Amino acid sequence: MTIDLPDIAIIDTGLSNLASVESACGRLGVGVRRISDPESIATADGVVLPGVGHFAEGMARLSALGLVEPIRFRIQLGRPTLAICLGMQLLAQGSDEAPGIAGLGVVAGRVRRLPPARIRPHLGWNLVTAAGPEPRPRFLVDDGAASFANGFALDAAPTGWATAWSDDHGPFVAAIERGAVLACQFHPEISGRWGATLLGRWMSCVLTESATCC
Amino acid sequence: MLLNRIIPCLDVRDGRVVKGVRFEGLRDVGDPAELAAGYAADGADEIVLLDVTATIESRSAMLDTVAAVRRAIDVPFTVGGGIRTIEDAAAALTAGADRVAVNSAAVRRPELLTELADRFGTQCVVIAIDAARREPGRWEVAIGAGREWTGIDAVTWAQEATECGAGEVLLTSHDRDGTGAGYDLDLVSAVSSQVRTPVIASGGARVAADLESAFVAGASAALLAGVLHDRLTTIRDLRRALSALGRELRPC
Repeated sequence: MTIDLPDIAIIDTGLSNLASVESACGRLGVGVRRISDPESIATADGVVLPGVGHFAEGMARLSALGLVEPIRFRIQLGRPTLAICLGMQLLAQGSDEAPGIAGLGVVAGRVRRLPPARIRPHLGWNLVTAAGPEPRPRFLVDDGAASFANGFALDAAPTGWATAWSDDHGPFVAAIERGAVLACQFHPEISGRWGATLLGRWMSCVLTESATCC
Repeated sequence: MLLNRIIPCLDVRDGRVVKGVRFEGLRDVGDPAELAAGYAADGADEIVLLDVTATIESRSAMLDTVAAVRRAIDVPFTVGGGIRTIEDAAAALTAGADRVAVNSAAVRRPELLTELADRFGTQCVVIAIDAARREPGRWEVAIGAGREWTGIDAVTWAQEATECGAGEVLLTSHDRDGTGAGYDLDLVSAVSSQVRTPVIASGGARVAADLESAFVAGASAALLAGVLHDRLTTIRDLRRALSALGRELRPC
């Protein structure tokens, strides 16, 4: 029997800067391919949903490419998926950034504007507290500092998801995980050694799951 | 709370990092990707790369440099110098920048900031301002790599630029650039108190106390170049000294 390298696909909606994620995976020795078709989302061992920009534009691109249902299905099954920044926000039911626009709705809750502070956007490094013991996390297991660039975030822990927190004039959700799905409000790909370790844990899970399911 | 950042700056010409004094007398100090990797490994919170030639011919070579630095570092990466259009910004971002810094082109046409923010988000847009002190409490904006004086007040311009869509201000004191005389703290304070975005202090840093003073004056981040390239200090030593001064930095 042969064991193939895992097939990791990064969703290219034309909105995101993919080079940072590709470089980070490259430093871990893992190649990624760019995709924008529904079939690859169903078949890839691991899928990365990146995203920068506006919530409404992000959802519009996913809809136009026919990716809404494939992503929802994958996440409901708990298959290895990594959502980053706007990618994480799109998993929610909606966002204050785009009233009236439905999100993917696989994470209960709504994305809120961060509490007012002297400095906005929330741009730079902030501390992240590891997820609590229940439900037990497999990725978000240690405290660290991560690189953020956001004005919005979830303000409540969604039921059933292990949740890591940050604080800037009020607590907000830094990352969540369930099954093999990890969603980060920060950018693990540019969060130093701590971020690389987190990415590595998720990659290792992709390897394990791809080896066991086939 | 957001942590204060230490940011090495790479001024790049013809694929090499260079450094001068008050924007003049540039000399070669090394390879961009090698320097960036060393600084990131040492605890730099971000890397800024400024294309100081920014001619049309150098543009595509610069994108190769951006890609090489991107591969080498695992911290945020801002690229500026010669970004005049949405297409210039898109090319820098595609090559691996996380944010773009705009200077002269935004002074000539402030709507560029709004267009960039609409397309890429405000968190992606940095307004770079080069300013020289004219009298107490007044600084004039320079463009064209510090060669062309505009008569524009730096504090007013910082306010306008952030209202147009810039999500961060990279504020360089033209008087202090490369001198090691410390940041122009009055300038840092004047701008920080008038904008709601993060401000990066730049120009004149030599020792940890310069950085600490800039943070106290309201800067979110402190940028350095010459003292690091010349190995007069290291990021590691600066971090250690700042911690001793009670400043919380990211654990790394």
